Amino acid sequence: MSNTDNSLIEFGVTGSETEQTPETGTLTEDTQSIISTRGLDVWYGDDHALQDVDMDIPKNRVTAIIGPSGCGKSTFLRCLNRMNDMVETARIEGEVRFNGTNVYDDDVDAIALRRQIGMVFQHPNPFPKSIYDNVAYGLRVQDKPVNDEIIETALRRAALWDEVEGQLDKSARDLSGGQQQRLCIARAIAVDPDVVLMDEPASALDPVATSKIEDLIEELAEEYTVVIVTHNMQQAARISDKTAVFLTGGKLAEFDDTQKIFENPESQRVEDYITGKFG
Amino acid sequence: MTPGLVLVFVLCLLFPLGVLAWRRFQSGESNLGLAAPFLIIGGTAIGVLVANATGFAGPEPWLDWQFVTSAHSRHPEEAGLYPAIIGSFFIMMVMAVFAFPVSIGAAIYLEEYAPSTGWRGRVVQLIQVNIANLAGVPSVVYGLLGLAIIARALRLGTGAVTTAAFTLGLLIMPITIISAQEAIRAVPDEHRQASYAMGASDWHTLRRVVLPEALPGILTGTILSLGRAIGETAPLIMIGAATTVYSPPTTLNDSVSAMPMQIFAWAGEFIADFRTGVLSAGVLTLLLAMLSMNAVAILIRNRYEQEQT
Ligand SMILES: Nc1ncnc2c1ncn2[C@@H]1O[C@H](COP(=O)(O)OP(=O)(O)O)[C@@H](O)[C@H]1O
Ligand SMILES: [Mg+2]
Repeated sequence: MSNTDNSLIEFGVTGSETEQTPETGTLTEDTQSIISTRGLDVWYGDDHALQDVDMDIPKNRVTAIIGPSGCGKSTFLRCLNRMNDMVETARIEGEVRFNGTNVYDDDVDAIALRRQIGMVFQHPNPFPKSIYDNVAYGLRVQDKPVNDEIIETALRRAALWDEVEGQLDKSARDLSGGQQQRLCIARAIAVDPDVVLMDEPASALDPVATSKIEDLIEELAEEYTVVIVTHNMQQAARISDKTAVFLTGGKLAEFDDTQKIFENPESQRVEDYITGKFG
Repeated sequence: MTPGLVLVFVLCLLFPLGVLAWRRFQSGESNLGLAAPFLIIGGTAIGVLVANATGFAGPEPWLDWQFVTSAHSRHPEEAGLYPAIIGSFFIMMVMAVFAFPVSIGAAIYLEEYAPSTGWRGRVVQLIQVNIANLAGVPSVVYGLLGLAIIARALRLGTGAVTTAAFTLGLLIMPITIISAQEAIRAVPDEHRQASYAMGASDWHTLRRVVLPEALPGILTGTILSLGRAIGETAPLIMIGAATTVYSPPTTLNDSVSAMPMQIFAWAGEFIADFRTGVLSAGVLTLLLAMLSMNAVAILIRNRYEQEQT
């Protein structure tokens, strides 16, 4: 396990060296990409859920993924940290390069990969344990030291500390939905991953909790690469630097700077989607 | 009844059941099943009252300290259930040590690891159906199996503690596996996903997330199946367990009797006092043991349900 762990770290950041094709969303500014997909296809049985996706996700930026439901946003996200490995019917082809290493290579350990690419889910899913144990979970799993300081730092970064200080042994189930989701973010960043994947993290929350999560995401981008799926276009426009638009059939329709996507998209279909003509 | 016995009865059964029923009642849930223990207890109480009113010899002069501390005797007033109580306890312990790890392991494998697609998946499905069928096989058939394989082929000895424990263990295994599977299945998949996404292995996820959450359910199921095993008689007769022994077993190879076996023997005694008094006391002891086990199971489940909300 430690072998592959190292191999992921040793490889340099090479994503942006791959050849560039204009409409598949390569980078225009000179940021490095941390994750690049090439010709990524996913099938669930005979269902072609993702078709030939090429994308370069920039480091330390917020990348939003939008599109109508069922277009493969979650599927794409789950390919990045190999969570689709657990879906028995899923078949994946193509490359997902993380710091230059194809994560689907035989010698890459999915467990080591997931320790570097954290994930926050659509529904807050804290364990029925104390707040403290939730945040400590990843550290314990990875045999890293657990102390109050690390827990506090993670909770502060997730903007939850002020609300739970002094009651860390309370059950996570007693928190509100928005607090639970921030706890899940704290749990994901406590182990200090490189990338945080978020699958519609605010879709189950009220507007106040949603705006807290949005503020938080912008701050997280200073230290982490954030990839966020959202069905809320305003949200994507507000918080992201880059936006990818998936359209029905699991095709990446357009990937560019957020401003460009929302003000002057290349394709008519994307424009129709952005302006609410369908989806 | 003696005051001490009444106290034990109230503490072990009526009180927790009353608390539970009250909570259920307040939460507005309807749960008819809850009435069953009350029916049994109420029925027993009415029986005692009627017996008292008509001057009929009920169990009360017979179930006393002497009864639970002495062995069978030719004189009804000196007869007791002690070796059978200890025998039953011995059998339950050995059975638990053998049957529960196997059952829980099987449940974990079937729920968390077994393939669900392809021809392997079909084999697993076949096994699953078979477990459900085995749960419905009459216990006397398990007795035959125990006699042929455990007592004879494996030479563990006719009527020995280990033979009885393994036979009863096989008997309760399907039920234990199924109830443990249900408890494991009840753990939300979201929690497993969260764990895997943190870079946890299968083993970590199982040990730190799935098992802690499933444990109360698994415990409830296993205690209930213990309750089933403690009252089984037919398989014990088949494997040649003694009806009456005069001293409790000291090793696992000793010949053993169990509470229902001794009760069965008393039913055939010539002296009438055995058939009315001593037998009733034995039945009451067995029932108390079983009902308090069930009460513990209900309490565990109740506490678990409260933690969930
Ligand atoms: N575990 C799965 N098994 C089978 N089909 C799936 C599974 N997950 C998603 N799909 C299918 O793949 C397509 C894309 O789904 P998803 O990635 O969840 O879309 P989105 O997140 O954009 O709503 C849908 O047609 C969906 O039905
Ligand atoms: Mg989705």
